[in-house]
Amino acid sequence: MMRSPRLALYITMATFVLAFLIGGSQYPTMFSSRVVANLLTDNAFLGLTAVGMTFVILSGGIDLSVGSVIAFSGVFLAVILRETGIHPLVAFALLLMITTAFGGAMGSIIHYLEMPPFIVTLAGMFLMRGLAYVLSTDSVPITHPFYDTIQDVVWKAPGGGRFRLIGGIMILAYIVAMLVLHRTRFGRNVYALGGSSATARLMGVPIARTTITVYAIGGGLAGLAGIVYSIYTSAGYSLATVGVELDAIAAVVIGGTLLTGGSGYVAGTFFGILIMGLIQTYIVFDGTLSSWWTKIVIGGLLFAFIMLQKALGWATTRGRRPASDSATQS
Amino acid sequence: MIGATFRRVLPQLIILCVVLLLNFAVFPGFFHIEFQNGRLFGNLIDVLNRGAPVALLSIGMTLVIATKGIDLSVGAVMAIAGAVAASVVTGGGGWFTALIAALLAGLAAGLWNGVLVAFFRVQPIVATLVLMVAGRGVAQLITEGKIMTFLNEGLIHLGAGTILGIPTPIVIWLAMGTLVTLVVRRTALGMLIEAIGINETASRLAGINSRVLLVTVYLVSGFVAALAGVIVAADIKGADANNAGLWMELDAILAVVIGGNSLLGGRFSIVASLLGALIIQSVNSVILLSGMPPEFNLVIKALIIIVILVIQSPTVKHRLYLLRAKASSTVSDAPDVAPKAQLAKETRS
Repeated sequence: MMRSPRLALYITMATFVLAFLIGGSQYPTMFSSRVVANLLTDNAFLGLTAVGMTFVILSGGIDLSVGSVIAFSGVFLAVILRETGIHPLVAFALLLMITTAFGGAMGSIIHYLEMPPFIVTLAGMFLMRGLAYVLSTDSVPITHPFYDTIQDVVWKAPGGGRFRLIGGIMILAYIVAMLVLHRTRFGRNVYALGGSSATARLMGVPIARTTITVYAIGGGLAGLAGIVYSIYTSAGYSLATVGVELDAIAAVVIGGTLLTGGSGYVAGTFFGILIMGLIQTYIVFDGTLSSWWTKIVIGGLLFAFIMLQKALGWATTRGRRPASDSATQS
Repeated sequence: MIGATFRRVLPQLIILCVVLLLNFAVFPGFFHIEFQNGRLFGNLIDVLNRGAPVALLSIGMTLVIATKGIDLSVGAVMAIAGAVAASVVTGGGGWFTALIAALLAGLAAGLWNGVLVAFFRVQPIVATLVLMVAGRGVAQLITEGKIMTFLNEGLIHLGAGTILGIPTPIVIWLAMGTLVTLVVRRTALGMLIEAIGINETASRLAGINSRVLLVTVYLVSGFVAALAGVIVAADIKGADANNAGLWMELDAILAVVIGGNSLLGGRFSIVASLLGALIIQSVNSVILLSGMPPEFNLVIKALIIIVILVIQSPTVKHRLYLLRAKASSTVSDAPDVAPKAQLAKETRS
């Protein structure tokens, strides 16, 4: 019998293909490489955030701070490039160090002070958003020539699609994440920690190091997403990307990862992101639907996938476990 | 019982007093209250008044968290309730009809969450995430994407009016808080809810109808969220589907945590959560009154939250306990605390 997490992944993939076919049959232009390229470019920052979120959720945690970290990154880059003469690549490196350290610090607090990740990252969310405000409350444009150079890196596909660098960065991040999660000891540790931290400790998994690394990865990828977002918009704005953490969590859940941790695939998250992007594309193509339908449809999808996971869970464990499964474990 | 409650909320009372004194330090007229035009005025009244939405939400959130759950949808439910109330009065309905309709919408949202959690066994954080994402879309569907304004006196009175000189929101949250506290503490309900949070399987084996109780706590949460939503809409004389109650769920959860309630469920105190809500509002007030640049608001709030959380963290508490145990010769060791800390670590999610 097929194991349920993998089945959930296939269903997510099938949903994407089906949705794309339905959209394409209504609007044949949807099958153009232009739409595909835009799907990757427009969702690059969300996709990168969701990679980090997948790590955190697989380990049994949650990270609410990512949206604020992206906003902070944008403002930080914009201000530092305006005020100093350093090269953007140096600024990128500096920023990645800051956000990775920030994630690691949250992980340490969660592990050593035994506080729920939900609350710690909530405080982190306030802190990062606040720091972004402190740096600047206005939208700061980025006019560095290096940004133009990056934005000009385009691979023109037949059909007029422009595959930009930032979409490539996202795909690369997914490939690396897959290798790390499925081919390294650290990846195994993340799954073990998410499955049961008590069991993982007894098995000799370094709980402290794994927890801190996972949140550091989450912070680092959110910083990378912030860099991508600043390239995408050529500006830094402290009010940007509010609520992106929820979109990222939704993408992870739609991708078939259990929010309790320990089960799921980063590839599923990729298709979760694509499905969410596709809904937005469809609404743009339709033209008569209002943007709030995006939220309702994503909510509906979330519900459908949660129910699906429940059904799969029941089907695979029926008869093996007495019906005393606690509803409230979170 | 009164003495026990007092001891339970003592840390929160101390923190509240400190924050209020900080307010007084930066703004000497803080405690000045006057009676003008049949209404009480003063900064202290403002804290109580502006804290009303979070205070109301924290009542429901306390019960939900006591069952080891969480309700992320309250902000979206507030938006839905405000939208429903506004659409009823702009459609020619009376304020009472609007209130009832909004409360019914809140109860429906609570029922949805409760059924998902209790019957479909979905983890609360996921179950309520659905409504959190979709709810705002639903609210915008009701208001047709606009900010729906209204001029109904009766409805506005709920947010901006007074009862016996006291602003209505204060009366509403005090009444709700008292009512719910009495209902859960004068009956066995509170204890049964705690039992579910501590060990649901055990509670069910002991004969507690955990499913009905779980649905009930989400119903209460939806109900108070709807009340808060109506108050916020009435206050600005309009329903803003995008911004009404935005991030309120986080403030409500924070109020419950500052109130010393464990996110892992079990023992709870509504009074402490309400004090937590007032502490959050007082912190907002101190930042405003001190004349600090508003950009610093969130940073300061975050730092204060971190300090409060560190003080309340099980590890720090344990260290303090050991320190005190070492200081007094009567208690030589703390044999049962270490396993407890261990357990907390294992069940941490």
